[in-house]
This record gives sequence, structure tokens and C-alpha cells, in this order.
Amino acid sequence: MDLSLFVWRQQAPDVQGEMVAYSAKGISEDMSFLEMLDVVNEGLISNGEVPIAFDHDCREGICGTCSQVINGVPHGPMERTTVCQLHMRNFKDGDTIFIEPLRAKAFPILKDLIVDRGALDRIIQEGGYISVHTGGVPDANSVLISRKDAETAMDASECIGCGACVAACPNGSAMLFTASKVSHLAALPQGKIEADQRVRSMTNAMKKEQFGNCSNHYECNAVCPKGVKISFIAKLNREFIKSMISGDSSD
Amino acid sequence: MLLIRSSVGRKIIMAVTGQLMVLFVILHVAGNMTIYFDLINAYAEKLHAFPPIVWSYRIIMITVVLTHIVFGLILKIENLLSNPHGYVIKQSIRKTFASETMIWSGAFIALFIVYHLFHFTVQSINPELSARLNTDAMGRPDVMNMLVGNFQIASIGLFYVSGMIALLLHLSHGVQSSFQTLGLNSEKSIPIIVKAGKLAAFLIFVAYVSIPILIMVGLMDL
Amino acid sequence: MINGKCPPGPLEEKWEKHKDGLMLVNPANKRRYRIIVVGAGLAGASAASTLGELGYNVEAFCFQDSPRRGHSIAAQGGINAAKNYPNDGDSIFRLFYDTIKGGDFRSREANVYRLASISNNIIDQCVAQGVPFARDYAGYLDNRSFGGAQVSRTFYARGQTGQQLLIGAYSALSRQIKSGTVRFFPRTEMLDLVVVDGSAKGIIYRDLVSGKIASRAADAVCLCTGGYANVYFLSTNAMGSNVTAAFRAYKRGALFANPCYTQIHPTCVPVTGDHQSKLTLMSESLRNDGRVWVPVVKGDERLPRDISEDERDYFLERRYPGFGNLTPRDIASRAAKDACDKGYGVGPGGRGVFLDFAEAIGRLGEAEVRRRYGNLFDMYQKITGEDAYERPMRIYPAPHYTMGGLWVDYNLESNIKGLFVLGEANFSDHGANRLGASALMQGLADGYFIIPYTIADHLARIKPGVVSTDHEAFVGSVKETNERVEKLLSINGKRSVTDYHRDLGAIMWDLVGMERSEDGLNEAIKKIRALRNEFWDNVKITGEPDELNQELEKAGRVADFLEFGELMALDALERKESCGGHFRSEYQTVDGEALRDDSNYAHVSAWEYKGTDKRPFLHSEPLEFENVDLVMRSYK
Repeated sequence: MDLSLFVWRQQAPDVQGEMVAYSAKGISEDMSFLEMLDVVNEGLISNGEVPIAFDHDCREGICGTCSQVINGVPHGPMERTTVCQLHMRNFKDGDTIFIEPLRAKAFPILKDLIVDRGALDRIIQEGGYISVHTGGVPDANSVLISRKDAETAMDASECIGCGACVAACPNGSAMLFTASKVSHLAALPQGKIEADQRVRSMTNAMKKEQFGNCSNHYECNAVCPKGVKISFIAKLNREFIKSMISGDSSD
Repeated sequence: MLLIRSSVGRKIIMAVTGQLMVLFVILHVAGNMTIYFDLINAYAEKLHAFPPIVWSYRIIMITVVLTHIVFGLILKIENLLSNPHGYVIKQSIRKTFASETMIWSGAFIALFIVYHLFHFTVQSINPELSARLNTDAMGRPDVMNMLVGNFQIASIGLFYVSGMIALLLHLSHGVQSSFQTLGLNSEKSIPIIVKAGKLAAFLIFVAYVSIPILIMVGLMDL
Repeated sequence: MINGKCPPGPLEEKWEKHKDGLMLVNPANKRRYRIIVVGAGLAGASAASTLGELGYNVEAFCFQDSPRRGHSIAAQGGINAAKNYPNDGDSIFRLFYDTIKGGDFRSREANVYRLASISNNIIDQCVAQGVPFARDYAGYLDNRSFGGAQVSRTFYARGQTGQQLLIGAYSALSRQIKSGTVRFFPRTEMLDLVVVDGSAKGIIYRDLVSGKIASRAADAVCLCTGGYANVYFLSTNAMGSNVTAAFRAYKRGALFANPCYTQIHPTCVPVTGDHQSKLTLMSESLRNDGRVWVPVVKGDERLPRDISEDERDYFLERRYPGFGNLTPRDIASRAAKDACDKGYGVGPGGRGVFLDFAEAIGRLGEAEVRRRYGNLFDMYQKITGEDAYERPMRIYPAPHYTMGGLWVDYNLESNIKGLFVLGEANFSDHGANRLGASALMQGLADGYFIIPYTIADHLARIKPGVVSTDHEAFVGSVKETNERVEKLLSINGKRSVTDYHRDLGAIMWDLVGMERSEDGLNEAIKKIRALRNEFWDNVKITGEPDELNQELEKAGRVADFLEFGELMALDALERKESCGGHFRSEYQTVDGEALRDDSNYAHVSAWEYKGTDKRPFLHSEPLEFENVDLVMRSYK
């Protein structure tokens, strides 16, 4: 099939970018979306042009590196599918496809479709962990965890940190991302001990990193390739209220 | 203070003040319904019988409303700053017209409240119809006369209906949103609360607009 | 002859005694020692976080944009440990024995035993970190059997065990970054190792955003940079996985051990065309219920359901009646490739065999099959557009893991002092073949529980911060690295980097893949050299050196693969036996099974670099077996 593409090209962080038109010819429906871009890039290189820069790594939907907004939807039209797992059979001959980077104040564009998502790492650094030393821990079966709690923790922990939730949010909010980590750890007995402090410092970090506020549009969940649930945002809110009531007053 | 400074804290303030206002709106509309039993004048007289209660109630509500407005504006400004580069193409999947326009429906409601206060509380708009100046047969302020007289003026009636449309929009997102923000839900109850919130918004809307509409079309008269 | 420095004494006491003999660094002095950790998969993240927590001054590097993305994340099945929670007869010795036997007796007893004994600590550690392993209804940890093991010793978190373990290590690392003990450099790629007077003293790296070549000095360097399966172009590795860091260390004098040991995984989604950029693995568990077959007639293009039972060849069941569809990875892979090479393959280009669930659906019902494998069937449908409940899956083997790596001694230290190599990047624990659910175990064992002890023994013997980046070795290496970048960009030929990588992959797959022969390997060496020469004459890379330039990144990696491939072929040529993932057609039994030669090849082959286009020098480390008998693997 043949496609017309409009791709965001931006040479460097502080240079003005623009949408540039390309055509992708002879695309097979078995290709993944990124393989389609590979073909376009090979064409650009043979013409002596600079290929389109885009982030990608595992190409099997788990590392969370790929990050494109396709026709206005982060990760494109298929539900629960990362860009790398999106295949061209979901498009038809003659389609026009708009490809843009994830856009948010907290995600500065580095080049073309590549953005800096370091802000998400910095949120985790503010408490997205259990403060355990290596070694000196009890036997794994000494703390029993109900199957329900373990499953809830796992549901929350499926987040791949791709940033699609932020990109889809009209407010550029990182609530779903932060909530997934807060909920994962708060569901486990090991994680409850630091829960008060964790939810405060992680939510503070969201603000410091200039993510917006959640207004419950739920766009985040709609584009999340792992389907992380909005009930985790409610869980974060509950944890926050709990920490205000029972935690110490410092923040 | 965490509640005021944090993003989540501010949302909690929005949710709590929002829910207080919903409560007020429900009490208000319940009072309005006395009109169908020809008891509105009696109700109005009882309501204003103890000025200290009336005034403390008013002060609380003004504080709640202003808090909701101030934090709503702060959050909105922060949100605009957090997403400064627009997409060339952006599709929304789950976002609703109501959720997207909270700031505008809210602004219109604020405008409506100001008008409504001057209209039916201060009664400085159309003073000739003021309930304070006209009493009914039993010597009570004639609220019924004031309502009918005003709503028979089409522009006023339509303004009230549009104010209630704004309220409908605001609540159809706001009610469920406040439950989510306060964490008062679960995976299972989220869809129920979303629907219940919309239903509540719709019922409140119907109850409110029924009065001006019935008066405008002439089905309700003195 | 080189010495792995395995401690003497009874197997079960070696590590404990050895630890007691290692030197320690005074707590107050630890922060004066700088340690560089390259790579942020399981091994790198666990090492950096643990060393940071101990108080060392750690600087960690990865080419990804975040330390949460290393390819350990893609491991699906699970992680082994000898906890014996199910009370089914498992023990540390049994895990040790299975691992060393699975590796076809080409690994060190002492290392493997240590790995097995540490396995239990890993599970404890991960649970304490909040890794949500699967649990039973009473709240205890659940286990499953994996990869043909006769005990249930595999701990798992749905089909995302690697992801959950990596997030655990990443969270521990994040904590150290916050506390300031670890400084993290994402989007950086190590391009050279700096060796001063025989000791590793730092690295040269490219900042992948600004393009600047920079250097950092340290008192020790830990390479945790993964495996080299991408030498085959198509593999299940991530696109960025590469051999560059390890290969640069090799060029600076580190020995490279057993590069010919590669693992080909049988259940991957087949290639659909030339555009293919990588291969996707599906869990091996599919073979528990799926039946592998090809049509009896070559090039049969009928729909699979129209091919009757007597027109099908269930070749694994036919050739290995004992294990049938559950034969080990290397055997199943080779049998599938064999069928395809003979022209019986199915699907595009005849590169695939059927994995049929019709019988299982009939026996168990579709609902049960969906419960067991639903996520894999969904993944298969996403990629191929085919519904595996309706028609058989097509599978084909793909390079998946590499057992070879930089040579290290028992302390995980290479022959270059102060250079430590962890995880898949080293060669130490899996011999010639790795068992399922053991890679995660090794990465974490190295990072959490071995390196913290052994690195101290190196540091305690040296003064901290003696060499700075002003040293001529750093200055010279920065200059060389810049020149190499300029050289690559100045060629401005006709063919793209990917073109060359694809060609190299084809050579490696055909001639240094699952089945190797003397003629083939000699031909491979010739072809690789020719391709390498052409690359340096005719490669085309656009863009500038001082900007984010993904083609340039790729070019550096492919240039190293073009040299490394030759080393692999040479190692395969020198190993005149078949063992584990290394199968030489000349050395097989009459039934076509791998024929080991324990009298001549029970050793580690460790190669020393002598210059490009010069033959590297082969060192050998004999493997001694005091606790196990070298038996022949048989799955008939």
C-alpha cells in the first residue's frame, strides 16, 4: 500500500519544528508501524537526507521506549497496543497519517519524535520504591500476601513508563503514571510502611516537574498500552487523604 | 500547607466545595418544588425567619463558592501551562464535552449566580416585582408573584434556562469527578457513579427549569 | 593457560569461605572510590544500586532514555530458585546440576553452584522490594515448572517476570540516585575502555543527545551490557542491544570467552519479509500443548486444515518420541530449521513450521486453551493478523541469548584488573546452553550478591582516584574515538548501515547459526571480511556528529559486529565438537545428535585481541568436574 505521511521534524530542542510531508510506498500490511518508518528512513538516507529520529528499542511492546502520537492518539488507533506492536494492516492504501511527538511541558522535544521523559524517572526517585537494603531481608514466604492484593499490585505495576498518559491528557498530567506506582506499593504490606511519605513526595514531584493536574477526563486510560486502570488514581487520592489525616504534618 | 499547595490537595478542595454546592443545589431545588403545592410563599417566609441563621448560611456558601472559583482558576492556569504546545491533530477518546468545558460552564454559572442574587435575593432587578414590596393576601412577601412576573419576560426565563444548562453540564462531569478525586469509589462502582452523577445532574436540571418553562409557556400562572 | 581462580574446598563451602577471605573497604573510605557501571538491565541496575547503597561513588550509564528499559524487561517466563517451596525434591544441588547439565558441561562447577545457592536470596530480595510475584490463594508464592525441568522452581509475575524484576532493581537504583550515591547518565553509549598500566580506569562515551565524546575516570568499571545476539541482525533482542562495550574492552585486552555459544529459541513469530526489523519470542510454554508439524509434501500451499493427518509430519514427535514437542530449545530449533532447509517449511519464504493447538482445543476446550495461552495468542494475532484458535500458529527459531561473553574469573573480574563483567555480558555460568528462567537469576545474582563482595577486594588494594581524565590514555582514547566517528561520517558511500547489518546477519545465520561446518565457517570468515571492507568504503551515514544521530549510533555498533562476527566464526571453527548451542555438522551421532568431545574440549576458549585482520590468540581454561559426571544429553 502507499501512504502519505506528515511527520513532525525538529532538528534540536530549541529550534522551531514543523510537519513535513513524506510518502511511504510499497508498504506491506505485515510491517509494523516502526518498520514502515524504517522503510521511509532508508529512502531518506539514500537521498542523502537525515532520517526521522524516533525512540524505539524492544519492539515487542514492553520496554516503553516507543512514543509517537499517530493521527492524534498516542500509540495510534489500536487499543492496548504500543506503536511497535501496531501493524500496517490496520491502515489502508491511500491513508494520510499524522505523526507527532508526545507533547507536554514536562517532555521537552530533543529531536523530531524523540522527547525527554526524564521527569517520569524523577517522580519515581521521589519515593517510587521500598527502602530496603540488599541482603538482610526475611524469607520470601514470611510475609503472606493475599492473591487479590498481589494481583492488584501486579495490575498497577504493569505500567511501562511510556508517557502516553501524559501526552493524551489535555492537562499534561502524570497522575496515571504516579498512581500506578503509588497503588502498586500501597497494595503490598512491605510498601505500606512508607505509604504516607511516598504519596506526598511523589505528588509534589509531579508538580515540580510541571505536569498538570488531573481533571478526570480519563484520556490516559484510553491510550494506556497496558490498560492501567483509573481506579488507581482514586487509590492515590485515598492514599493522599489518609496521609493528610494520619501522617505527620511535614511535607 | 499540603492541602493548598499540592496538586492533589487542590483537587480535593475542589471536590469538597463542589459536593457542598451540590448539596446546596439539591436543598434549593427541593425548596423550589413547594411551588407545585402552592406553598412557596410560606416556605420563603419560614426560610428567612431567623436572620442569624440566614446570614451564617450565606457566609459559608459565599466562602465555598469563592474557594471553588479561586482553586478552579489556579488549576486551570496550571493545566494550560503544562501543555503549551498543541498537537496539529488531536483526537479525544474518552473526554466529554462537559469535562472539557468545566471552566466555561463554571464561569457561566458564576455569572448566573451573581445575576440571580441581584434578581431574587437583593431584588434590585425589576424592583416593581420585588417580593419585599408586594405581599400576598396573608401579608407574606409574594415570591410567587415575583417568579411569575419575571419569568413571563422571555429573556429572563431563557437566561435562567441557559444557566441551568450550564449547571447540567458542570454537574454531569463534576459529580462523578468529585467522587474519583475523593477516592470514594472502586473499580466496580466507577461506572455506576459516572451514570448516577449524570442522572443526578439531569434530575436537578429538570426540576429547576420546570418552573421558568411552565411559566413561559403559560401553564403556570398566578 | 588462564586461571579462573575458583576457590578450593567442598563445593558448598567455596563461596562462603572465599567471601571470608576477600578484603573489605573501610565504610568511611568507600565514597572516595568511584565505580562506573555501564548498562542498566538487571545486572547493571542491581549492581549500581547495591554499590551505591554500600557507599561507593557510583556513576551509571545506559544508552536508553531511562534505566527502566534494559532488555531484561522482555523476559517473560520467570526466574529459578531452589527454594523447594512445593516440596517436590528441589535443592541447591539439583538446581546446580540441572544448570551445569543444561549447559552441556561447559561451565565452571564453582560458579554454577554459587549461582544456585544465591538464587534463594534473590527471591527474598525481590519480594522485599515489592515485586508482585504470583501467589496462591493462601498468600504463599506460587511456582511453576519451566523449560522441561522436573521440579517446579520457577517464580513468575504473569508473563512479565523480567519487567517486574527490572522495575524492582530500577526502583532500588532510583532510591540511590535520589540519595546522591549514584549519578546516572541516560542516553550515553560507552565507546571505549580506558586501561592504564593493565587496570581499567575509566570509559569514553558519547552523549547521544549532544553527540559530544566525553570521558569519566574511575577506580573500577563494571560492564553489564548484555549479549550480542543482534550480530544475526534478526533476533529477539532489542534494537539497541549490541556488543560494542564488550568488544571495545576486548580490543583493549580483555579476553572474550566462548563467543560461539549462542542460543536459538524455537518458538518465535516467523519472518514475513525483508522489511523485518526484529523477531518476537513467544513463551516456550506453548509447546506444552501445541504440536509441531510440517506438510509431508514440499511446498504444500493448502490451508493447514485441508491437509489430512497422514499428510502431516509431526517431526519432533517422530524423531524424539520420549520428549516429543518438549525437546530442549537447541534440539527443537535445529529440527525446525532442518525441515525448512529441506523445503518443507510453511508461510512466507518457507521459513516456518506449524504449531498446532487443534488437538489441545479438542482435548481441553477452547476456554482452557484461552486461559493458558490467551495473551500469547493475542500477541500472535497482533503481529500476524491470524487467529491461532482457527488455524495453527507458524513458528520459526530465532537467536535469543548468548552464553559467551567477556572472560571473568570467580570474582567476575576480567583479566584486566578492575574490569568486572556481569550478567549476559560475561560468559561464566551457562556453559554452552542456558536453561529457561536462568538468565534473570544470573543477572541479579551478579549484581546484588556477588559484585559487592568481590569489587571490594580489588578496591581495597588500590588508592582511589589516582588517574584522572587528563591522563594521556584518556586524551588519546577520546581522540581515537572522535576520529572513528569522523571516519564513519566521511565515507559517504552508497549503502545504509542497516543494509550491511542485514547482510552480516544473513551470513551469520546461514553459516554460524544453528548448524556449523568447517567449510561454512571458513566461508563465513571470508565473507565477513569482505563485507567489513566494503562497509568501511561504502557505508552511507547522513547527519552530523554533534547531534542526536541514530544512524551514527547504529553504524558504530554494526562496525563492531562486523569484526565480532569473525571472532564468533573463528571460535566455532576451533571448537571441533558439538555442545549445547554450538552444533558442528561434522560432530554428531548417527542419529544426528550433538557429539561432545570431553577429552579435548572440556575447556573455556578465551580469545585475546591481536589487531584487526590479525588472528587473535587462543587461551584456554580447563574445566574440572569434581562433583558431576559428564553424561551425554539424550532426549530420545
